[in-house]
Amino acid sequence: MRPIEKEKIQEKIDSFAKKEVFIHMETSTGSYIGVQNPDNIPACAYIRNEIIQFTEGKIVENEAWYSVGLKIKNGWIYVEGLTDWEMYDKDTLLLGGHDTEGNLKIGLQLSHRPFVCGE
Amino acid sequence: MNERVLAIYPHPDDETIGKAGTLINHVKNGDEVTLICATMGQMGRKMGKPFFANRETLTAIRKKELLDACEAIGIRDVRMWMMQDKTLQFREKSFLADKVQAVMDEVKPTLVYSYYPEYGVHPDHDALSDATILAINRLPRKERPVFLGSVISREGQDELGAPDIINDVSHVVHEKIKALQAHRSQTEHWLVAVTDPSISVQERKELLEKQSQEQFWIYRHKNI
Repeated sequence: MRPIEKEKIQEKIDSFAKKEVFIHMETSTGSYIGVQNPDNIPACAYIRNEIIQFTEGKIVENEAWYSVGLKIKNGWIYVEGLTDWEMYDKDTLLLGGHDTEGNLKIGLQLSHRPFVCGE
Repeated sequence: MNERVLAIYPHPDDETIGKAGTLINHVKNGDEVTLICATMGQMGRKMGKPFFANRETLTAIRKKELLDACEAIGIRDVRMWMMQDKTLQFREKSFLADKVQAVMDEVKPTLVYSYYPEYGVHPDHDALSDATILAINRLPRKERPVFLGSVISREGQDELGAPDIINDVSHVVHEKIKALQAHRSQTEHWLVAVTDPSISVQERKELLEKQSQEQFWIYRHKNI
């Protein structure tokens, strides 16, 4: 992945609008965060291969990171902390937020095909 | 008599971190070693430092890393279940135990390596070790393999006390380092100390010393 290019990503987001698309979203502190300090409780979530449809979507620059909002029929999809992006397998949009250690802290991905998933 | 070793872990690199030296010794002794790797660690957050993997490429990258590490260790029999990372805890325990049992029926291990139940910290570690104990307890008492568990949690070390087995693997530590290096996406950020010329001789020595000792706790089977 490479640093966010806002205009290019906006074009890609627009290309997914008003269609049924597969979404992958995640955020993670890592499961080992409590080993050194038991007061640190992990906070990790992902959703992989839900089908969504959004009417409008936007990427916005915050400080050193970017956020994306997608307006869906019954609510919103919101992601903050994106730093890098890549088009994968030609037309799959990968957006990620990495920390200085290279860890993926947050991710939003849109695809016209299901993402590969373990059993 | 040679041992038949079955190592049962959920993620690529579990078989290497804290265990590769011991497994290398088994291979060198002529023991048969089989590895079960239940998931591909495909939801891990480490993407390399600097990152070179992404969520979609991580599965293939970690699969290759696992096979390279197994080559470094000398494990030829690798069973990859390709289950979804982080989800083992949500599966029925008996379902996981059945999968473990099918491999045990075939391999008939005398030694089983896994995480120590409840003390593996990661939910996948604990789900798989718990199911492994269930599978072992289904066997007649005389046929049960010895279970050697790895403990990660401080609570586990406090409750279990000193490890039952401390293996000095200093004579194979360089082979172990190769296995660790194979898991580049997960280990490069701290293993760089092995190759970085700016690291002091003392620091490198300490890293190798730390990697030269591996410890295990023997599971005391509960009556069921």
